Amino acid sequence: MSVKNASGAPATLPSTKGATPSPLWAWINKRLPVDQFIQDQLIGYYAPKNFNIWYFFGSIALVVLALQLLTGIFLTMFYKVGETTSFDSVEYIMREVNYGWLIRYLHSTGASAFFIVVYLHMFRAFLYGSYRKPRELLWLFGMAVYLALMAEAFMGYVLPWGNMSFWGAQVIVNLFGTIPGIGPGLVEWIRGDYGIADATLNRFFALHVVALPLGLLLLVVLHLVALRTTGSNNPDGIEIKEKLGPDGKPLDGIPFHPYYTVKDVVGIGIFFVLLAIVVFFVPTLGGLFLESPNFEVANPLSTPEHIAPVWYFTPFYAILRAVPDQRWGALLMLLAVVSFLFVPWLDRSPVKSMRYRGPLSRIALALFALSFVALGYLGLQPAEGLYVVLARIFAAIYFAFFWLMPFYSKFDPVKPVPERVVYHAH
Amino acid sequence: MRTELRRVWQGTALVAAALLAAGALAETSGAAAEEASKTGADWKSWHANTDVTDLPSVQRGARNFRNYCLGCHSLKYERWSRLGSDLAIPEKLLETDLIPPGDKPTQYIMTTMPAADAETWFGKVPPDLSLMARARGRDYLYQFLTTFYVDPARPTGANNLRLPTTAMPHVLSELEGLKAAVFRDVAKPGEGGAVGHEQVFDHFEPLAQGRLSPAEYQAFVRDTVNFLDYVGEPTQAARRSLGVWVVLFLLVFTWLAWLVKREYWKDVH
Repeated sequence: MSVKNASGAPATLPSTKGATPSPLWAWINKRLPVDQFIQDQLIGYYAPKNFNIWYFFGSIALVVLALQLLTGIFLTMFYKVGETTSFDSVEYIMREVNYGWLIRYLHSTGASAFFIVVYLHMFRAFLYGSYRKPRELLWLFGMAVYLALMAEAFMGYVLPWGNMSFWGAQVIVNLFGTIPGIGPGLVEWIRGDYGIADATLNRFFALHVVALPLGLLLLVVLHLVALRTTGSNNPDGIEIKEKLGPDGKPLDGIPFHPYYTVKDVVGIGIFFVLLAIVVFFVPTLGGLFLESPNFEVANPLSTPEHIAPVWYFTPFYAILRAVPDQRWGALLMLLAVVSFLFVPWLDRSPVKSMRYRGPLSRIALALFALSFVALGYLGLQPAEGLYVVLARIFAAIYFAFFWLMPFYSKFDPVKPVPERVVYHAH
Repeated sequence: MRTELRRVWQGTALVAAALLAAGALAETSGAAAEEASKTGADWKSWHANTDVTDLPSVQRGARNFRNYCLGCHSLKYERWSRLGSDLAIPEKLLETDLIPPGDKPTQYIMTTMPAADAETWFGKVPPDLSLMARARGRDYLYQFLTTFYVDPARPTGANNLRLPTTAMPHVLSELEGLKAAVFRDVAKPGEGGAVGHEQVFDHFEPLAQGRLSPAEYQAFVRDTVNFLDYVGEPTQAARRSLGVWVVLFLLVFTWLAWLVKREYWKDVH
């Protein structure tokens, strides 16, 4: 079997090299372009050959999404949504369902892992200017995935109906109440009740298992289609499509399959080793992935000592609490998330990659990464004394990174960008 | 040359003196720590130090729970049969010695005390203990069960350092004996420059000997906490032992995947 490709890429699939296709396979391909899809999207898709470790996180994120969907389906088989049943059914899964504990820990650890991977994936974009022209839409779809993921994670966090689930939901839903005029009515509409209650839990379940996963999948597909359209950026920030060989293929590109499929499997393997260490040996990660107040059922009469959201929201939570006025705090928190959307147009550097940028951009990115981690830590601490002062300082650095970018990126001295990507064969 | 040599000697002597002093200090602080531990002055740093794979300890803890806790507290997520199979307790023994008369092995471990009565007697229903070790931590439970003291001001006659004004009576006093807590008055800056006062715990003083020696009582509490740790997550031992194999498999898989990658990438220049 051979599939002719207009550009003359490798014409046969490695798995069927020299073999005649089975009649069934031929029958299918006449009706559904399976071979054509593999040829166009995997073998005929050329990726830069100089990807480094930062380029693992996209494929890992896809694997984590699959893991969450798969474990989520099994959890749904035993989870019973409802004020009086949710908590008990989670314990039932942990104790009496065969390997239920494994499915549940994979899902709860997977949620945190998703954010670690996505944050590293986003940092990579900052490092090599992956959001720059012509990849603005790719970046925006990625940000939409991130926003959908935040909603998905928040609602999933409420479902076990532990005490921190309850109070976390209380705090976050009440933020909508700070919107002038419609706020109080909006909060009631979101909750479906006068407090976080059974109605809230039920709708969060519907959104968590149906609406948001569908939205997430759609956005991930759009993200990937946009990626396949522009092609990947790379650590040198050079467009490989501008240097084509006599065969019309990028000189610095290699077929995604098999080269990056075999490479990504290694990254995914390392990721699963780390995931397994957490799942099997420290599933609560000292109260960071599963908090101890969540081993007590939701209780509207008993507030946990410190209410803090899960770690992946704490950078934004710290910004919220750094402002004395709750309404301005909520607005600033919104701005902290939304700022990411404008980055493609805030960055005025003549080069993409940090490799060829000057000290200003490097220092700015380092300070931003530091402030993000520091705010994440401060969001877990009580909002008092020195913690608030530090949160204000780091919040200022956080916003300066975004909104001073048009200036420091423009005036930052740059180094000459090479013609071809830098690659050393191993 | 001579002065240099002298300096070396002086330096050595100084370091030796410092080491000796540090050693002596450690010695005295060691003795002080032992004293503090005996009188309870350092109760906040007491650790449960339990090991859930120590089966005899968990078994003793189950016995302790059956004899001293089940009167008021349930383990509503744990079945008697599960406890029997996880703790390697023979079925016959389970039925004769552990399961309350009338209950079946497949039933959950429930107290017979009616909740309405408990509310009347204690002011609140004693909490279910299935997840207490996970919610509060083992050290919390250990400190709770070892810091009861006599307090005539309380309706139960007992108070607790870990959970002040607890509604729980000191049901283990028969084993531990009775002790009084000595507080000291500490001045602390109050509002507007006024000097406030604060009662800070100083140490325990024994009042009456129980059936167990202090060391035996600590072991008793340790076993009980160990059992509650097991009940908090009955699968935890299986989780860890399976985890070793999963991680080993994944390491081998990743290594093979890396070999494949290296082979393919030989022709990328």
